[in-house]
Amino acid sequence: MSVSLLWAVDVYGRVYSLSTGGQQWEQCHDAVLEFKRVTAVQQCCWGIACDHHIYLNVHSSDVPIRYQEETYENQRWNPKDNFSDHLLPSDRWHWSDITGLEHQPLDSFLLPSTNWEWEGDWYIDENFGGEPTEKGGWTYALDFPATYTKDKKWNSCVRRRRWIRYRRYKATDTWAKIPSEGHSGPLPDPFNDISCGGWEISEEPRGRLSLWAVSLQGKVWFREGIHHHSPEGEGWEEVSLPGEVVQISCGPGDLVWAVLWEGQLIVREGITRDCPQGSSWVVVDSPNPEAGAIHVAVGDNVVWAVTKDNKVWFRRGINSHNPCGSGWIGMVGEMVMVNVGLNDQVWGISCVDRAVYFRQGVTSSELSGKAWKAVNVPRDGDIRSHSSASISSLHSAGCFFSGEVQAQSVMSEDLDTEGGPQRAVLEVGACPSSPPPEPPPIDPDVPKPRIPKVTSDSFISEMLSDREVKQEGATAAKCPPPALVLSPSLSGGLGDPQWSNVDLEETQTHLAVGPAVVRGDSADTCSLSSVATYTLCQGEPYGADEHPLWAWVSGGGCGVNCHSQLNWFNSATALASSVQSMSLSISPAQTAAWRKQIFEQLSERSKREMDHFKHYEQAVEQSVWVKKGAMQWWRDWKPHKWVDVRFALEQFSGPEGNQDGILFLYYNFNEEKKYLHAFINEVTILVPVLNDSKHTFAVYTAERTKQRWPIRLAAATEVEMHDWLALLSVSCCDSRGIQGPPSKQAIWSVTCKGDIFVCEPSPSLEACPYPTPCDQMFWRQVGGHLRLVECNSLGVVWGVGYDHTAWVYTGYGGGFFQGLASSTDNIFTQTDVKCVYIYENQRWNPVTGYTNRGLPTDRYMWSDATGLQECTKANAKPPSPHWTWVADWTIDYGISGGTDREGWQYAADFPRSYHGHKTLKDFVRRRRWARKCKLTTTGPWQEVPPIPLSDVTIVLCGAQSSVEPIPLWAISNKGDVLCRLGVTLLTPAGTSWLHVGTDQPFKSISIGGANQVWAIARDGSAFYRGSVSSESPAGDCWYHIPCPERQKLQQVSVGRTSVYTVDQNGNLWFRQGLTPSYPQGSSWEHICNNVRKVSVGPLDQVWIIADKVQGSHSLSCGTVCHRLGVQPMEPKGQSWDYGIGGGWDHITVRGNSIEAPRVRMPSLTPSLTSSLTDPLRPPPPRSLLPVMITEMENGNAVRC
Amino acid sequence: MADDKDVLRDVWFGRIPTCFTLYQDEITEREAEPFYLLLPRMSYLTLVTDKVKKHFLKVMKAEDIEEMWFDFEGTSLKWHYPIGLLFDLHASNTALPWSITVHFKNFPERDLLHCPSNSVIEAHFMSSIKEADALKHKSQVINDMQKKDHKQLWMGLQNDKFDQFWAMNRKLMEYPTEEGGFRYIPFRIYLTMSDRPFIQKLFRPISPDGHTHTLGDLLKEVYPVAIPNDDESKRYQVVIHGIEPLLETPLQWLSEHLSHPDNFLHISVIPVPSD
Repeated sequence: MSVSLLWAVDVYGRVYSLSTGGQQWEQCHDAVLEFKRVTAVQQCCWGIACDHHIYLNVHSSDVPIRYQEETYENQRWNPKDNFSDHLLPSDRWHWSDITGLEHQPLDSFLLPSTNWEWEGDWYIDENFGGEPTEKGGWTYALDFPATYTKDKKWNSCVRRRRWIRYRRYKATDTWAKIPSEGHSGPLPDPFNDISCGGWEISEEPRGRLSLWAVSLQGKVWFREGIHHHSPEGEGWEEVSLPGEVVQISCGPGDLVWAVLWEGQLIVREGITRDCPQGSSWVVVDSPNPEAGAIHVAVGDNVVWAVTKDNKVWFRRGINSHNPCGSGWIGMVGEMVMVNVGLNDQVWGISCVDRAVYFRQGVTSSELSGKAWKAVNVPRDGDIRSHSSASISSLHSAGCFFSGEVQAQSVMSEDLDTEGGPQRAVLEVGACPSSPPPEPPPIDPDVPKPRIPKVTSDSFISEMLSDREVKQEGATAAKCPPPALVLSPSLSGGLGDPQWSNVDLEETQTHLAVGPAVVRGDSADTCSLSSVATYTLCQGEPYGADEHPLWAWVSGGGCGVNCHSQLNWFNSATALASSVQSMSLSISPAQTAAWRKQIFEQLSERSKREMDHFKHYEQAVEQSVWVKKGAMQWWRDWKPHKWVDVRFALEQFSGPEGNQDGILFLYYNFNEEKKYLHAFINEVTILVPVLNDSKHTFAVYTAERTKQRWPIRLAAATEVEMHDWLALLSVSCCDSRGIQGPPSKQAIWSVTCKGDIFVCEPSPSLEACPYPTPCDQMFWRQVGGHLRLVECNSLGVVWGVGYDHTAWVYTGYGGGFFQGLASSTDNIFTQTDVKCVYIYENQRWNPVTGYTNRGLPTDRYMWSDATGLQECTKANAKPPSPHWTWVADWTIDYGISGGTDREGWQYAADFPRSYHGHKTLKDFVRRRRWARKCKLTTTGPWQEVPPIPLSDVTIVLCGAQSSVEPIPLWAISNKGDVLCRLGVTLLTPAGTSWLHVGTDQPFKSISIGGANQVWAIARDGSAFYRGSVSSESPAGDCWYHIPCPERQKLQQVSVGRTSVYTVDQNGNLWFRQGLTPSYPQGSSWEHICNNVRKVSVGPLDQVWIIADKVQGSHSLSCGTVCHRLGVQPMEPKGQSWDYGIGGGWDHITVRGNSIEAPRVRMPSLTPSLTSSLTDPLRPPPPRSLLPVMITEMENGNAVRC
Repeated sequence: MADDKDVLRDVWFGRIPTCFTLYQDEITEREAEPFYLLLPRMSYLTLVTDKVKKHFLKVMKAEDIEEMWFDFEGTSLKWHYPIGLLFDLHASNTALPWSITVHFKNFPERDLLHCPSNSVIEAHFMSSIKEADALKHKSQVINDMQKKDHKQLWMGLQNDKFDQFWAMNRKLMEYPTEEGGFRYIPFRIYLTMSDRPFIQKLFRPISPDGHTHTLGDLLKEVYPVAIPNDDESKRYQVVIHGIEPLLETPLQWLSEHLSHPDNFLHISVIPVPSD
């Protein structure tokens, strides 16, 4: 879970935020004004200040908000001037947009507001469609508007080039004022309420938000044009109303409710992705006819309301088809306001004690929750004064204080004069007609500030009207009597600014209660210092028993759910624990002395009690142990089907005392009893294959990998399957003597199911000429769920989930099977989210138009992508029982080819290429529906918030000491290039992202030996990053590398020296001509096709995931393949060796730096050398398969 | 660094080299040679001494033979305590091999339980496991298991099969993550110098305010004498499986990793040898 914030405003207008990982309210110190209301979403927080203007606080991110401005410079050729700015009268402007219709000279571009800054000056874009252009970035055409090419031809009469300039949003983490401009000048009246949401309505444009505001006169305004590149939005549009509105609430989706002055509620209808402000209002009566509604709060699927008698109500029957719901249910508790945050979680402010309450137990099945629970954490002011007091007390106690009395006298002498102005201020504050003062930076206790009785609104409005008075008070404070001039120097001398604020009267009142309170807080400090502690402690603004009074809370950016572990409800828990739980590096538990002691003593004990007595007889003779069970087996002969078999594992001690075993599978064949067996030490991998109908797993041996035909077994229940898998895994590891976490050299791979496997490379894996055959590699599973994993030979491992979450391997334990004796300290909950897609297909007929009645030969009207399987909304299931639905079906507009407004794509017939608009030739259409599902599992992975990633790469070698930085680069899911700072062996998660500017979004990146960074842009072009070094970890500029002819590149992997890329058509390319002085190389050389992914390691070894080849019309599956014959002088290798597959998606060999043992010239004595490289197993002459094997029929242990 | 799983293996495969000698007063036909054996620390004496019995029967007349029992330096050894515990409690600071005297007569009825067959040991073992699970999970886990699962636990112990035993025992070691540990820690503290056989109380792995309880916390609560005061030298050793874990070791971790197969944490408190 990444950290997110709950926002709140107290009754004095101070804004606070509370982090889900924190334990105290942090005051938003740059809020120069008091705030009335705030409304938060994940990326920003909007607020209405007491000046009734709207302010925006965009949270800073490691990736800045940058917007690319572009304009085109156009030129025409004439015989006299050659190409020049002299255009024909009918031509476009000399400077224009891409269409040529808009006049856009460079100086016409202005920053949208003072919150933006230019990143640099204008420059020419020399990249054209993934290709570098000739000098100057010109592209040529016969005439405007036409197709442009980068080559100048004899008939090129016009040319143009693109100029680029970036502007950056700079006002992050600060409150930026939003001018209240409508379409026709300033808005007539100030704002009174605000609500932000609507990000689920559409992803286009990225980061789109709806912002609704209510003015004092009861009008409703909708802010247009808010999205990622325009966080401030563009302008206000008035929304017509059936009455006067007092308050409005907007959910993450299309739910918008508002409260009318008269106490009824109105619901917005007609909100769609094309019309986010909706079309009409429907009136809903107040829950209580006597007491009208005063407040409403909506979420995804819930509506909560508060009536004038402070009763809380929950609206029944809200769903995506019925935004009005069906009835009210009265809830327990009296609140002044409620707010619905993410995941429909509910927050409220009690009218009894003005505390913030969290609704416990809100789940998607029980949206009304169970009970209110008070958020009970201190504010930062409280804690800071405590801690600083106790720290300073330790220094000062001995020096300045010898006892209470003297302490007091010291203070009274030095600070007597100071009490005057302070009190003066306080008196102003206490005066009935004046507001409480804004807290000075370090504030003495405000005696009895007035607590407003009604709502914060009236209070703040009052405050506003009294503002002049307050300013007088402030002026009074600014003109101190001469005596006060002494105080800065005095406090400077003592080294503790709090001293200057000590108020004598307050000191005395605190003396009465002080000691008890203080000793409770800092029990460790000695009694001497406690004297100093409380004298200093009264600098804190609030007494221990006084709790904050809240006016407004917003959980719209607060990502909690009912399972979140929050430390908000018990202020007694130590702050230290929260700090500890957030640390990403090796937790103290593993390095703790007690653990070390146990490990050491146990090995000592073994030495003492067993080493000298090995010749003694064992009391218990090792015997054979058999575990039996009933299973189903996917039988080897046709017709293939599941048959009932008996299954047994016989375990015994091998000759050297190691455990070994045999698997037996007893079946009937033609009434005859037969069996099949496999030696445990020959099993190469166990693959769980969960699908919706059976709990199955596949057992491979080297032979079965060659055959592409594993033993497929199904257990009766999931529990049984896991029992067997756990037992078999342990047996396999035991028989091979594999224990503990994967080594740093381990090879990692990921299946298309997201399962993670790791293999310990043998030294002869990269041997030449006789490497360990790939199909003999033993893979074991590691807990967790990832889409890709990357590592290096120092043991830093990162992964990226299907939902783009970044994860770092916690480097310890790594038990796959929960509870089986593995340490649970580094095992964390991991979640992943992906979409299941189904297609709605329709055919056009002349009478009724498009209907769901197809031709008899047509595909199912609801189907999968191929059209072969029927998939309806009702019968579509999540990929396996581990996945659960988390949302309803929605139309997917993001499908390639584009869609119309209802998500339809048109084609002449099924299955054809689809396009997003209807033409006369189209007779069929389809649209894609998506439904999100979520998986929760555990594994040795910890999240690296907050930026979602699409690719990651870790430098191959380099850092040797544990504190030396390890270069790590990544691509965010938006295509930004990022460089991770602070990654070391001790802190593999690093500290922060450094954004590396690019002119376009990227998709793949790899950093090889000597800090060579290569990357692939989304348009398929390759780039080399220049001058990357340990001093300049982000390098200085991108060098454009032309693609192979007519190919768009997809992925890159850089080894020690080799650079390989894969293009979108599955071709594998090797970069020729790389030299230290010219690291960009000269050309691409084709190696082979049918490649999905490539991973080049620190020995320049090449491994790929190969796609299936022939006749595949289903989703492609992958096989791990190893390039043979790669040698320093022959980096391209010779042929492929085939390993585990299909169903593999990703492999990384970037950790394996184990050099093969050197052998003599192979050509002379092949048999001798082979026995040298692998004495146990002289490799038989292997017939390498000439082309990729078809794995269609039976190869997929893991079916996509 | 080693994995926690290695601790389980080290603990399971702990062996005590033992020299069995026949009690001098037993009547033999010819001189009885001592018998040397590696005893598994996790097992029970009567479960692993078939070979010892066979060895001595060769030199004895059948009519002189009653139920076999053992003593160490005059202390009768209770077969229903795990072997490792017996060793730690009575012999931890003596020279190896452990010298055990074998008797076939004068069964000390007051000190020892009879053990006519392995099924008695099994019954004792299973009842301990059930008691431990009652403390840990209100018996929910053990009751959910089938008869064959219980058998697997027992067979794992009897045949010294780590995987067989742990494939089942891991379920007994699970707990809800949000609770941070078992309900109560099944433990027994044994004192050599006390008349009470052992101390056993209800003790939670986590304090009410959310702190992890350590071995030291347990001793402070249950047997504070075992903890040395600041100003005095250590008087007692707190021994589990022949090692002395630090007092700050979390109790939950100990219970998961250093419990005997009967799921109890058997802790010996023995006086520091005076040399």
